[in-house]
Amino acid sequence: MDNTVSPLRMTSVNDRRRAAMTFALLGLAVAFACWSFLLGPSEVSPRDLFVGLFDGHGAAGVIAQQIRFPRTALALVIGAALGSSGAALQGLFCNPLASPDVTGVTSTAGLGAVLALYFGFAGSSVFALPGFAIAGALAAACILYLLSRNGAGAVALILAGVAIASLATALIALALSFAANPYAMSEMVLWMMGSLKDRTLSDLAFALPLTLAGLALLLTAARGLDALTLGEDAARSLGVDVTSVRGRVIVGVALATGAATAAAGSIGFVGLVVPHLLRPFCGYRPAQLILPSALGGAALVSAADVAVRLIAPDGQLLLGVVTAMLGAPFFLWLILRMKGER
Amino acid sequence: MSVAVDKVSVRYGARAALSEVSARFSAGAVTGIIGPNGAGKTTLLRAVLGLQPLAEGSIRILNKELAQWPRDGLARAAAYLPQGGEAKWPMLVEEVVMLGRLPHRPRFASPSAADLGAVREALERCDASQFAHRRMDELSAGERARVLFARALATGAPILLADEPAAFLDPAHQLRLMELLREEARRGGTVAVTLHDLPLAARHCDELVVLQQGRSAAEGDPAQALSDQALAEVFGVAALRVPDPQGGRDIVASFRRI
Repeated sequence: MDNTVSPLRMTSVNDRRRAAMTFALLGLAVAFACWSFLLGPSEVSPRDLFVGLFDGHGAAGVIAQQIRFPRTALALVIGAALGSSGAALQGLFCNPLASPDVTGVTSTAGLGAVLALYFGFAGSSVFALPGFAIAGALAAACILYLLSRNGAGAVALILAGVAIASLATALIALALSFAANPYAMSEMVLWMMGSLKDRTLSDLAFALPLTLAGLALLLTAARGLDALTLGEDAARSLGVDVTSVRGRVIVGVALATGAATAAAGSIGFVGLVVPHLLRPFCGYRPAQLILPSALGGAALVSAADVAVRLIAPDGQLLLGVVTAMLGAPFFLWLILRMKGER
Repeated sequence: MSVAVDKVSVRYGARAALSEVSARFSAGAVTGIIGPNGAGKTTLLRAVLGLQPLAEGSIRILNKELAQWPRDGLARAAAYLPQGGEAKWPMLVEEVVMLGRLPHRPRFASPSAADLGAVREALERCDASQFAHRRMDELSAGERARVLFARALATGAPILLADEPAAFLDPAHQLRLMELLREEARRGGTVAVTLHDLPLAARHCDELVVLQQGRSAAEGDPAQALSDQALAEVFGVAALRVPDPQGGRDIVASFRRI
């Protein structure tokens, strides 16, 4: 038996490191979720809250089940949706700047949600709002897919994302201009900013299954994304159905991002930032980043939602504003770094 | 015959990339595909792999029509090294080479002992073991080319199709590459390789397929396929040949334009 340290044994070392990182992220997400659950204006003891979560009795039960739990769980779900979508899009386009918001997917999902509100569909069916948001996300993702197939490079894709986002924002502004009443207008504005305030169990009821479905699709495409790092011809020669991989990523991202945006509005930069933060620990293979990015996204959004309430307990600070304020400088730093590398 | 290309035509829109090209790639032989830029060399390899739809003609791989091959089966039968390939993320070298094992691995499965063994062997054969756990962006262009070649070898396919694998390699590694191709052939593999370096092709290939503007211009052993007449007609050059001091084929030392 060969006793020398074979280079390939590093693979198992890397696998162990990735597994450790995945569990650490899971722990972080759970820790922030617990903090988020315990954080609020009502003075209820942690014990009463946890008991109330399961039995639903009394004020503590109502607070736990109707207010804290939906918010906490949605933060996890939305973070997972955005984190995994970002990792998958970056893998699909082989572009470190790709993410649901930078490519305009979040904006068109927001446009879908606003249109559902504007035309009153949102009131008629619980599926209308997420359905419109997913259709919007799908439209942007398909445009990007067609552009990438026609050889658009990293910069062209980002510029296309800017154009898509600008168009979506203009159409949202148009809808706001013609809003039927101030209440409808404020609701639409809230969707544009992104917030987890006043979310309900029904929001969670559609966001969770759609996100899980999207995440499952992304995970089935993971191996194909690895092969695509060698280029389309090499991937196809390795037996990968490239069209199917692209389709699964686009539908998966549309489902996850659409559900996240329908539930909480536009929460930017999570999908961009999380995969970058994790690459030094998890490596560059797209397949091995999707699940950790989902957990990292869940942890990050939960942490940001805790921060929002710690900084402004009166609820004046919105989650989307915080993620954008942190994410936009990071995006600029990434662009500067890419320029430096060239 | 491992690969039989019969009167294959390929069109890009109105333009004919290949017109009624026939070629044979035999087991145990290194077949070089040569021709000027735009002659259709890459298109021929892509057609053989089913990456390029045929307008006319047929291709048989290991005595089975190309269309009858299942996707995974074909991937295990024929490994492909595309021209100018790159890993678009700075993955670890061993991870890149492991991608060559994808056709053998069930979805979500970890690499088996056979996969690890194949990757280790491919790295060793390409003299790349020493940087197995370095990132691709830390390597020189030539080192990256060797890693990508190892990725193709790791598939362990009986047919190896390589598009310009010698580009970016220094002379020593070009020779090592040709030795590796020869070794594959000696093991019973079928090797087809596109080359721009005519002396390299003349010296190391058993058979040559010469393409010109999408048509077969010549075929046969290097002495035949690279005759003075073929060189003049296809490449517009005349060769200066010198005798091989080791008693082999004449060496094409240099060219001059006609």
